[in-house]
Amino acid sequence: MLTKRIIPCLDIKDGRTVKGVNFVDLRDAGDPVELAEIYANEGADELVFLDITATEQRRKTLAELVMHVAEKVNIPFTVGGGISSIEDVEILLNSGADKVSINSSAVKNPQLINELAAKFGSQCIVVAIDAKKIKGEWIVHLVGGKVPTEIKLFDWAKEVEERGAGEILFTSMNHDGTKNGFANEALAHLSSLINIPIIASGGAGNIQHFSDTFIIGKADAALAASVFHFKEIEIKTLKNELSKNGIAVRL
Amino acid sequence: MKVVIINYGAGNIQSIKFAIKRLGFDAILSDNVDEIKNADKVIFPGVGEASSAMKKLKSTGLDTLIPTLEQPVLGICLGMQLMCNYCEEGDTKGLGIFDCDVVKFNNNLKVPQIGWNQIENLKSRLFQGIKEKEHMYLVHSFYVPLNNEAIATTNYGITYVSALKRNNFYGTQFHPEKSSQAGAHILKNFLEL
Repeated sequence: MLTKRIIPCLDIKDGRTVKGVNFVDLRDAGDPVELAEIYANEGADELVFLDITATEQRRKTLAELVMHVAEKVNIPFTVGGGISSIEDVEILLNSGADKVSINSSAVKNPQLINELAAKFGSQCIVVAIDAKKIKGEWIVHLVGGKVPTEIKLFDWAKEVEERGAGEILFTSMNHDGTKNGFANEALAHLSSLINIPIIASGGAGNIQHFSDTFIIGKADAALAASVFHFKEIEIKTLKNELSKNGIAVRL
Repeated sequence: MKVVIINYGAGNIQSIKFAIKRLGFDAILSDNVDEIKNADKVIFPGVGEASSAMKKLKSTGLDTLIPTLEQPVLGICLGMQLMCNYCEEGDTKGLGIFDCDVVKFNNNLKVPQIGWNQIENLKSRLFQGIKEKEHMYLVHSFYVPLNNEAIATTNYGITYVSALKRNNFYGTQFHPEKSSQAGAHILKNFLEL
């Protein structure tokens, strides 16, 4: 049986992890490779690296990091952040990334999804969508959820699938950082509309939230950052509990 | 031991190179006929779309070389699919090493299948030390229906073939290089054939 995936997300700046992490056993708390190895060993199913570097050196630094991760880590990983061209994607995939995630660049130029899917295959193209519920309507946002567009989440998700995305990473800006659970209603509706895997993001606070997003939200995977970084939830414990709730996970 | 990864511009081959390095071997990426012929083990990777991958193989003459290889050859994911007779994706004629076709998932489940699924009915030395129902990482939209060259099967709505063997040729639909310790163990088994 295909299992539900647990995906820790690491924010990267200038080749280092940004958000504080609370691993006492880390030699270097800012080293994404070391953290990635720990998560892989603890049973993470995949990893996401989100790059927020804004310097000229961005591309080179990120490609080097991807190469180091690929060298050490034996589970799949996705790289996102500032990717806007075929060339960007080519460099990352050639450095060893399994998938790339595009967000604002896809909204600005939807044709990019078609081009990337045709050149590299749908399986490695994740489209990340940040959305916020405003007056009862889910609206797509840009720049890390700061800038609203006029695009509706469910229309955009369908378009993204038709254009050849292999997966959707949906972050609810209403839930992100709240630790009150994932946007399960919107997730379940997404699942009924589209036929590609959906990664739930934003709102993880406890083990029950993960269970809910798989059962109620029908998510295929769940992504979280701080609950893992600060060891509020350990991946092994999480997966054991999910398994007890009858959710298929890789133990 | 000389391990060659066939380099024909198909997807993420760094991962396989690194996975082999973690096992203590150095793999060479090559599209050179002599180098591939003289290797002890050949890995035929592939990620992406079938017809364009086949075009790339043809442009370098690798399509005629691969079926004649006599050392152990391991096709991974699209590599395995291209070793079959025919791929529905892009209406592509394959290398005809495995006597089967590759067809698209046609059930109510999500496509592509992305994630960790179980392999079972394990046969062959490739899976020595691997337990039944071990999880492997898969990403694919097309599959091989059950046939008598199967050495592993997986269930995704239907039961299909997730690994194949014919003589010196092996193929896995899953990515051993991305499947944690168990995947590394399968790669090690292959290198020790």
